[in-house]
Amino acid sequence: MFDWPLLQQNAPLLLDALWVTLQVSIAALAIGFVIGIVVGSLRLSPVPLLRRLGGAYIFVFRGIPLLVQLLFIYYFLPRIGLPNVSPTMAAIIGLSLAAGAYIAEIMRGGFLAIPGGQLEAAGLLGLSTSQMLLRIRVPQAVRLTLPALVNEMILLIKASSLVSVVGLADLTRTAQNLAASDYMFIQDYLMLAGFYCLINVPLAYCGSLLERRLKEQTA
Amino acid sequence: MNSLLIPSGAVSASTREKQGESMKISATAPGEQPTILTLSKVGKSFGPLRVLKGIDLEVQRSEVVCLIGPSGSGKSTLLRSMAFLEEYDEGEIRIEGQLLGWQNTDKGRRRAPQSQINQVRRNIGMVFQQFNLWPHMTAIGNVCEALRRVRRLSADEANKRGMAMLEKVGLAHKANAYPAQLSGGQQQRVAIARALAMEPHIMLFDEPTSALDPELVGEVLQVMKTLAKEGMTMVVVTHEMGFAAQVADSVIFLDQGEVVARGTPQQIFHNAEQPRLQQFLQNYLDRNAFWQDSKPPTPNL
Ligand SMILES: Nc1ncnc2c1ncn2[C@@H]1O[C@H](COP(=O)(O)OP(=O)(O)OP(=O)(O)O)[C@@H](O)[C@H]1O
Ligand SMILES: [Mg+2]
Repeated sequence: MFDWPLLQQNAPLLLDALWVTLQVSIAALAIGFVIGIVVGSLRLSPVPLLRRLGGAYIFVFRGIPLLVQLLFIYYFLPRIGLPNVSPTMAAIIGLSLAAGAYIAEIMRGGFLAIPGGQLEAAGLLGLSTSQMLLRIRVPQAVRLTLPALVNEMILLIKASSLVSVVGLADLTRTAQNLAASDYMFIQDYLMLAGFYCLINVPLAYCGSLLERRLKEQTA
Repeated sequence: MNSLLIPSGAVSASTREKQGESMKISATAPGEQPTILTLSKVGKSFGPLRVLKGIDLEVQRSEVVCLIGPSGSGKSTLLRSMAFLEEYDEGEIRIEGQLLGWQNTDKGRRRAPQSQINQVRRNIGMVFQQFNLWPHMTAIGNVCEALRRVRRLSADEANKRGMAMLEKVGLAHKANAYPAQLSGGQQQRVAIARALAMEPHIMLFDEPTSALDPELVGEVLQVMKTLAKEGMTMVVVTHEMGFAAQVADSVIFLDQGEVVARGTPQQIFHNAEQPRLQQFLQNYLDRNAFWQDSKPPTPNL
């Protein structure tokens, strides 16, 4: 059932592809996190227009399936005059925009859980709005929502398997290609599944470790 | 009944001591105006509810003013207005001569730009009932944050000043503890250190000991007493009548958004004339005189 030499031959190829998946996911997470902070605080802005803007963003990018977003970015944007986007760019943009919408909702919940008095104290001491956001609100919101954020990371890495539709040779696409040529579907896809677990299981573990450490500080 | 509260001799003695202090301070700082905070006809409504009804108040440099009054009388609202945490909507509040929070234009008054508000209240420190420490930073981190980001001190300088402030409240040994690892009294002392680090000219306290277990109240009051002795100007909302009696230069009794009585602790606690104040003090005594519950008063008391 298993073809050991073939496995040895395919593993390095998948390892390279794993690297592509990781790069795209990490970039999308970083950008999505920034989007999430911005949109999440827009959602809580005292200015109604900004609040609605944040709401619209979340409505659009959470409402449309990621697959459709990716297709749109890759095939439609060039049609309407935007320069050709590379598969990598399209993948990162699509994943970031979607992750941003989910992270915004998580961060909004985190921001709401911070007692207002802490911000009053900060304002009185002279901290600016952006200093309050970056030094007080974001670090606490991250701590308070850590399980949800780690979960979102895992979901994002798994969702990145969809980027193969824009022609990026990520983990999933590479395994598909290999299977299509050597017909060892079960072996190749088992390996594919194993590689995703290789990222996500340690990630989940680190998440709960970090959570426990932070809990020691704050409780 | 009022003389039950404190021995009358103690009050005048401590008041005299305080006045000596303030004279000493104003002598070292000539040219600075003696009045640090002026409220004239300050009013504030929440919707239809008029919570403050034209408050006039002056606080002199090095003076300690205690605000007392029943729950809901507007003490917190008044104190928060002094830091523009509430936008008072009538009258004026001036800090060292500068109008707080508003700008007078030909079309009436508008909220001042935030930078100007921050400039005017730069010399105000405030301590809250709920401490409001930032739980993700250590004690020293809390104290140094504004020194670093607002005053732009170097890490070393900020740390030095921060440690000095923690030392002052007796918590240098807890510098690296997180708020959750500290008792309520310790957290409140860190909060005081955090405010003091910015070298405020006036400190506002809103029931700083009300959230504390009884056995932790003393350590916080002790820090505040030391501050008062050193000549810090303070406005303190408190339910600790003993503290007000010992430390205050003047006591203001607020009821339903109005100043009903003001005077020295002696006048307020021993010679209360206003029925509402008498009622308030009587309630306070009833609540705190726990020994009267079980036994009738002994004849020779
Ligand atoms: N944000 C607000 N919105 C509406 N009403 C408010 C608000 N804050 C305070 N009030 C009302 O204003 C009145 C005065 O409140 P304030 O908190 O100033 O009283 P206080 O004297 O500090 O009472 P306590 O001793 O209970 O702290 C109360 O009737 C309160 O319900
Ligand atoms: Mg209050």
